[in-house]
Amino acid sequence: MGGAHGHRLHFHGHSPVHRAPAHLKVVALVVYMLGVVALPLSWWPALVAAALLLAGVVASSRVPPTYLLKRMVVETPVVVSAVLLPLVAHGPRTELLGVEVSESGLHAGAKLLVSATLGVLASLTLAATTEAQDLLRGLTRLRVPSLLVQIMGFMVRYLEVVTDDLRRMKVARESRGFSARDPRQWPVLARSAGALFIRSFERGERVHLAMLSRGYTGTLPPGRAE
Amino acid sequence: MSTPVLDVRGLAYAYPDGHQALYGVDLHVHRGERVALLGPNGAGKTTLVLHLNGVLTAGAGSVTVGGLPVEKRHLAEVRRRVGIVFQDPDDQLFMGSVRDDVAFGPANLGLRGAELDARVRRALDQVGMTEHLDRPPHHLSFGQRRRVAVATVLAMEPDVLVLDEPSSNLDPASRRELADILRALDVTVLMVTHDLPYALELCPRSVVLAEGQVVADGATYDVLTDDALMRAHRLELPFGFDPRTVDPALLPTARAAQPVVDSDSLPR
Repeated sequence: MGGAHGHRLHFHGHSPVHRAPAHLKVVALVVYMLGVVALPLSWWPALVAAALLLAGVVASSRVPPTYLLKRMVVETPVVVSAVLLPLVAHGPRTELLGVEVSESGLHAGAKLLVSATLGVLASLTLAATTEAQDLLRGLTRLRVPSLLVQIMGFMVRYLEVVTDDLRRMKVARESRGFSARDPRQWPVLARSAGALFIRSFERGERVHLAMLSRGYTGTLPPGRAE
Repeated sequence: MSTPVLDVRGLAYAYPDGHQALYGVDLHVHRGERVALLGPNGAGKTTLVLHLNGVLTAGAGSVTVGGLPVEKRHLAEVRRRVGIVFQDPDDQLFMGSVRDDVAFGPANLGLRGAELDARVRRALDQVGMTEHLDRPPHHLSFGQRRRVAVATVLAMEPDVLVLDEPSSNLDPASRRELADILRALDVTVLMVTHDLPYALELCPRSVVLAEGQVVADGATYDVLTDDALMRAHRLELPFGFDPRTVDPALLPTARAAQPVVDSDSLPR
């Protein structure tokens, strides 16, 4: 079971950023990210302004910066490729900290690092200040096709049920002396993944049955009673 | 007699793989009754339940709900009249919040706005869960989720509430709380259960299904104390429980006039 409030990325609070309508936050995030991606590195004052803007939003949301920083590990693969880029790219070479690197690669890597960092931080801020249900309602208001919103809603609802299934299977495996330390044991993990898929598929069928039993005919009724 | 709420006649059904689950089931449930459906695993109880709201279609025989035959063109109304509470509340509660989930059924019936809201609140009030209106179902305890699952069906104001193993996986206090809720409801109940003390506590009448046929239909006390019948159909009382030692004053009494024999065999 999770905490008392919201999803795992959510940080409970009552700041202006928390209270802002979800659909506005989604639009702001998309506009912000497009802007950051479109700005060339040579316009660095604008990028600094964008970073300051984001820092201002984070500060006014009263979400502790360490809370967000810890969750920025998702950016790791991007950081790795940004670091590799100057080393593997072609073109004129230049020297950085005593290592010969590609000039265009260095630029591209720096650009990637800056836009990814700002984008991830902005997305985490949205996640930390918005409940999953509000986010879905926001997407509905933005006219995202209802089928997509339905699918996302089911994902949010059953994510925890499925991770719970996964955890129980892991405990059951380990209780019988299993540990996946070497590749020879990977087939067992693959079979567990298969079993989890079948379990989830069967649950899907049971959920569908339960929906039919309450008069579902293919479209979810519009939102909540307001 | 009035028209039975549930009227199952000669129902037979075989699954597409050829496995026959039901061999001519007859079952009549009248308004206001609380009936327990007992039987060992694999007796066909769940198959029977899925016929009551038309998820499965009878191979032979018929199912009628309050005079309405269970056919494709009546499915919407049949599913309003027969409310099934499934065993695993995680299957039943699929929306993001308790409110949306309870509203799902009545909204499918066409209710909107204030009327829908009132219906949701009444159903949650009946199971004592009003304060959890805006919580996501996965943040509730198992007992609370079971109660919300009951509310999702009550919100459709069904003529008959069908419960599949209502007491399974509940701790004793939640089990007792659910019993109190079910007793307080003014609705016909058909309860599939292995929990025989629960059946005795809540249901004046029991029906035993074994190998796809009804093998007994009578007062729950009489069924549970019929040792030969119980042994023949893999029904066992839990250790230390003997219906004969239960104070008769505590046993439930039929709320509606209820024939001991089938209404159909009475002279008209």
